[in-house]
Amino acid sequence: MPLRDWPIKRKLTAMLLLISGLVLLLTSAAFVTYEVATFWQTTSKNLSTLGRVIAANSTASLAFANEADAREILSALRAEPHVVAAGLYDADGRLFARYPGDLPGDSLPAGPERDGYRFAHGYLIGVEPVAEVGSERLGTLYLKSNLKAVARTLRLSAAIAAGVMAISLLTAYVLAAVLQGRISQPILALAETARAVSTRQDYSVRAPKVSEDELGVLTDAFNQMLGRIEASKEELRRYATELEQRVAERTHELEQRNEALRRNAAELLAANQELDAFAYSVSHDLRAPLRSIDGFSQVLLEDSGAQLDEAGRGALHRVRAASQRMATLIDDLLRLARVTRAEMRTEVVDLSGMARDIAAELQRTTPARQAEFAIAPGLTARGDPRLLRVAFENLLSNSWKYTAKQPRPRIEFGSVEVDGTHAFLVRDNGAGFDMKYADKLFGVFQRLHSAAEFEGTGIGLATVRRIITRHGGRIWADGAVDRGATFYFTL
Amino acid sequence: MNAGKILLVEDNPDDVALTTRALKSHNIMNDVVVAHDGVQAIEYLFGTEGRPASDELPAVVLLDLKLPKLNGMEVLQRIRADGRTRLLPVVILTSSDEERDIIEGYTLGANSYVRKPVNFVEFTEAAKQLGLYWLLMNQAPPQPRR
Repeated sequence: MPLRDWPIKRKLTAMLLLISGLVLLLTSAAFVTYEVATFWQTTSKNLSTLGRVIAANSTASLAFANEADAREILSALRAEPHVVAAGLYDADGRLFARYPGDLPGDSLPAGPERDGYRFAHGYLIGVEPVAEVGSERLGTLYLKSNLKAVARTLRLSAAIAAGVMAISLLTAYVLAAVLQGRISQPILALAETARAVSTRQDYSVRAPKVSEDELGVLTDAFNQMLGRIEASKEELRRYATELEQRVAERTHELEQRNEALRRNAAELLAANQELDAFAYSVSHDLRAPLRSIDGFSQVLLEDSGAQLDEAGRGALHRVRAASQRMATLIDDLLRLARVTRAEMRTEVVDLSGMARDIAAELQRTTPARQAEFAIAPGLTARGDPRLLRVAFENLLSNSWKYTAKQPRPRIEFGSVEVDGTHAFLVRDNGAGFDMKYADKLFGVFQRLHSAAEFEGTGIGLATVRRIITRHGGRIWADGAVDRGATFYFTL
Repeated sequence: MNAGKILLVEDNPDDVALTTRALKSHNIMNDVVVAHDGVQAIEYLFGTEGRPASDELPAVVLLDLKLPKLNGMEVLQRIRADGRTRLLPVVILTSSDEERDIIEGYTLGANSYVRKPVNFVEFTEAAKQLGLYWLLMNQAPPQPRR
């Protein structure tokens, strides 16, 4: 595992151990160095003391060239086991005596070296002048001491240093293991809390706060964040619940409305079926008695007309006219009903062509009349062609009818923009109407002219409006008495 | 003139009287047999248990639609279903001009559909045209062999 991925506990422990180890190492090194230096000083001081004592003792033997005496003096060095070799040179630089006595000659330098104490070849070498106080030099003393004691001291202090270091490191490790918890514990607790939050999605847990330091601040901030998340989550949940409730309410409402609509549709269907049955029955049954009334009046006129006076015959004619008029009324009403219940089949309808056809038809049925038709070409609309034909027949035959007394009748079909909408218009220069009664124009059985003036049932324009309304359009009229009428409609 | 009979299927006595009069007034002297409902019409054409059907079929059937017991459409269906009467000229003569009646009538095989006008003068004219056409102009299908 790379160092940066170590758990924080191990990192802290390692850091503490590294620091204390390093410090200990430096301290130990200083300690050992000091020990060795001190020992070295002491050793060389001891050797120089020894050198001076022996040199002082050796003056007589050198002065009198007493070799045995010199050897005797040197042999006292046996008390100092670390002195491995010693030599006494005379003033001329010749070796006079040696220690120990069996020392090979080449173990000592051939002549006296310069005075002083120094290390050389792993030994401490001391060279001391031999002289009476205040007189000339008699010779030179050479001492060679091994460094076993120094090495021993070095080993001892190194061992002590190593021991101290080991104990210190162990203590440091134990302390580090204990103390790192102070820092790592809150972090680990935070990490554990964060893990619990992310795995269980439980925002109600809180990280325990251990201290008031930066970690405490971090823990507080983390807990606060959790609190806020928990609050928002709670709010969200509440919103969701509210929303669900509202959806449920709305659904319920919609279901109720749907139910009402279904009921309405069923009622409408039933009403339509009733109307259908009613119209069918009217179509069959209502005309039969009229046929009898008209028929037998005619029979009476044919068979017994001669026996009746003029008034009697007139009455019979009136009966016949009334029954025929009622038949027309019934037919018109049935057409209106049919327009209402007919199924719409929408397609593009050539309105101009349709208007031309109807105009031609009107001219053909009344060849005696002449009227000018001005039909704009190329007008089309989407709608049910059969229903639109009924509407056009009504509108154009109205114009045809109401221009009958006009010397130069003119009937126009075109289109125009009214308040930004595209509207069609049928215009004539006929009898027109008083705008006071404009709202009555499209009502069933509403007539603005007497039957004597112009024939009619008052159902035609009601039928037209029904057709336009079924197409989602609007119809309105403009006119003045004896100045013609204009019918506008949208589809 | 075709000597065949006319079968008038009509429940309204006024209409029977007026239709008969209208036919007669134009010298259509053919016998008019009247069936007052659908069942009578079927019995006349196909016979009953006691009385077999007449050998000769009528030249034309003038058929009203709204009839008691068996309505006009059902009568027409029975006529077209039987091999002997399958080709029999049938003219629907009724009050209604409801589109569905016209469509159903022709679908079931009516030869013509005439709406009775309220105006008796027009009605008489229609009867005359019918008589002239179906009894004089029209080449009737051959009488079926028994």
